Amino acid sequence: MTHGVSDHPQKAAEFIADSQRAHWHDGALWFVRDKRDAAARSVPEWEQLRETAKQIKAHSLSRLPDYLEEFERKATALGAQVHWARDAQEHNEIVYGILKAGGVRRVVKSKSMLTEECHLNPFLEQHGIEVVDTDLGERIVQLRQEPPSHIVLPAIHIKKEEVGDCFHEHLGTEAGATDPAYLTEAARQHLRERFMQADAGITGVNFAIAETGGFVVCTNEGNADLGVSLPKLHIACMGLEKIIPRAADLGVFLRLLARSATGQPITTYSSHFHGPRADGALHIVLVDNGRSALQQSEEHQRALSCIRCGACLNTCPVYRRSGGHSYETPVPGPIGSILAPSRDPGKYASLPFACSLCGSCTDVCPVKIDIHHQLLTWRRELAESGHLDWKKRWSMRLAGVVLGRVWLYRFAGKAMRTVMPLLPRFLKYNPLNAWGKQRELPPMPRKSFREQYRRRHGK
Amino acid sequence: MESKQAILQALRSKPIDEQPAPSLQQNWAATPNASDTFEKMVAAVGGNCMRVRNIQDGLAKLSELPCYADAKKICSLVEGVEKADVSLDDIADPHDLEDVDVAIVRGEFGVAENGAVWLTDSGVKHRVIYFIPQHIIVLLGAEQIVHNMHQAYERLRFEQAGFGVFLSGPSKTADIEQSLVIGAHGARSLHVLLLENDGA
Repeated sequence: MTHGVSDHPQKAAEFIADSQRAHWHDGALWFVRDKRDAAARSVPEWEQLRETAKQIKAHSLSRLPDYLEEFERKATALGAQVHWARDAQEHNEIVYGILKAGGVRRVVKSKSMLTEECHLNPFLEQHGIEVVDTDLGERIVQLRQEPPSHIVLPAIHIKKEEVGDCFHEHLGTEAGATDPAYLTEAARQHLRERFMQADAGITGVNFAIAETGGFVVCTNEGNADLGVSLPKLHIACMGLEKIIPRAADLGVFLRLLARSATGQPITTYSSHFHGPRADGALHIVLVDNGRSALQQSEEHQRALSCIRCGACLNTCPVYRRSGGHSYETPVPGPIGSILAPSRDPGKYASLPFACSLCGSCTDVCPVKIDIHHQLLTWRRELAESGHLDWKKRWSMRLAGVVLGRVWLYRFAGKAMRTVMPLLPRFLKYNPLNAWGKQRELPPMPRKSFREQYRRRHGK
Repeated sequence: MESKQAILQALRSKPIDEQPAPSLQQNWAATPNASDTFEKMVAAVGGNCMRVRNIQDGLAKLSELPCYADAKKICSLVEGVEKADVSLDDIADPHDLEDVDVAIVRGEFGVAENGAVWLTDSGVKHRVIYFIPQHIIVLLGAEQIVHNMHQAYERLRFEQAGFGVFLSGPSKTADIEQSLVIGAHGARSLHVLLLENDGA
C-alpha cells in the first residue's frame, strides 16, 4: 500500500494487539447499544417512526436544491447571513473571514463533525485564532492532540486513568485522579473560563428547517448554548443534507435521534435558533464538500439521510473491535465506510471491506439506510474502478474462472482434497493467505458433497 | 454567489424523481396520563418534579429546595420570589450573569414522553439565563403537558426571529468511560414545579 492510503486491516491489527483494551472498548460500545435497544422498545411506534423519517429524508433529498433556496430566503429574512461553500477550503476561508472581520481572537466550538471533516481547527490556529472544543469528550481529544474516535462519544477509546493524566498535565488536577465526577468538575471550571473569554461561538447543525429558516442543535452538556449566548457572534456550519422541509418533521427526528444514539428519550438541550440575538449576528455556512455528488448518485444518495446518531458504530462488530481511529476518517464505522470512499475511493478502498455484512447497522439505523447493502455495492464499484489490491484482484479473478466452469470446479475440488493434506504448512499458511492468519483449514473430506449425495441416493 | 450557483447547478445536473413527503398526522401513541408520565420522565432524565396546588404554594415550596436556600444570587423571571436579587432587565452584558446560583423561569409547556420543557427568549432579555446558572427551577402549568413531540410541534410556530429550547433534565455528560455525571456546563440540578391550578 502506498503512503497516504488508509489501511484498515493494519490499523485494526494494531488496535486488537492490546487484547484487554480491545475487549473493554467492545464492551463499552455494547453497553450503549443495549441502552438504545431498551429505548427503542419503549416506543410502540418505533418502526413507524423509522419509516416516516426515511420518507422525509428521501423527500428532502429529492428536492434538496429547492429546499436550500427556501431555507436561505427564510433565514435571511430572519436576519441571518447565509454563506455557500463548495469545499472544505472555502468553508474554512468563509469562517475565518467572518472571525477576522469581527476582530475575533478566541472561539468556543461545540461538536460538529463537519468542522472535523474540513479540518477547521488547524486552519484557524494557523491564522492565530484560539479554538477551544467545549464538548467534554472533544476537549479531551483536543488536549491529547488526536481526532475523535466516535461521532457521538469522541473519547470512547480513552480510559479514565488517561483522562486523569491528561487533565493533570493541562488543567492541574491531582495526579492519579480517575473519578469521572471530579474530572468533569475540573473541565467545567476550566471551560467556564473559556466561555467567558470567547469572542465568538461556532456550532454544528443537527437539522435545518426549510419552511422557517431556523435550525436545531442538540447537546447534553449545554455547551453549544453557553457558547453562543455569551458572545455576540454565532457561526453555524452545516452540510447541505441537514435540511428538512417542515418544523413538524422535527417531532419525528427528535424522537429517534437521542434514543438511537445513547438511549435517552431526548437530548438535554434541543435548541431552536431562528435568526440572530437582538444585539448579535448569526452566520450560517452551507457546505457541499462532495455531498452534491452523493446526492446525484442513485446508489449512494440514501447515505445522505444519515442523522449522525452513531447507532451503526455502536452495533458494528468490526467498529467495536477495531476502534474509530482505524478508519482514519472523520466519520468512522459503517456509515463512514460509505461516505469516505465517495470522497476519495483510492484512499479509502479498504473501508467497505471492514464489514462482515451481518446487517446489524441496517437494523438499528433510525432512518433505515440500507448500510450493509451499500457497503457491498461499494465493493463492486471499487473492484470495477481498479481500486482493489492485487491479491484480492487476482484471487477473485481466479475464483471467477473456476466457479464459472463446472468441469474445472469439480477438478479443482478433487485436486485440493488430494493435494492439500500433502502440502507442507508454509505453502498453506503464509502472508498470501490472509484468511489463514487466525484460522486453520478443516481436515479435507475424502469425497465431495456431490459424491456423497449420489452414493446415498444410489444415483 | 458563484459557489451558490455552482452547488445548485451540481444538485440539479440530473433530474431526481420527487419522493412524496409523508403525512405527520399518524396514529402516534398517547401516554396513559400525560402529567404522571411527565413527572416520571423528569426524574428519569435526572431532574426533580414536584406537584403544587398553585403559584403561591410553589413559591412557598422554594425554600425547601437546598439550592434555593443556599443561593447567594437568584434571578427570577417569575414575580413574587422573595430572595430574587438579580433583575435580568438591569443587566447590560450577559457575562455579568456568571455568578447567578439559581434561575427561576416559566415553562410554556412540557412533553410527557421525554420530560422536556419548552422555554423561549420571548420577553427574556438574556437567554443565557437558561444555561449559565448553577441550578434552574421551572414553573409549569400541569394543564400544559402534551403527550409526545408531534403534539409539541403542533403548538409551535416559528414565524418570527427568536430562540426556543426543549430542556430535558439538568446538564449532563458521560464522556469519561460512560459514567453519567450531572452538571457538565449548564445547570447542576433542574426542578420543575408543576402547578395544578395555574393562574398565569
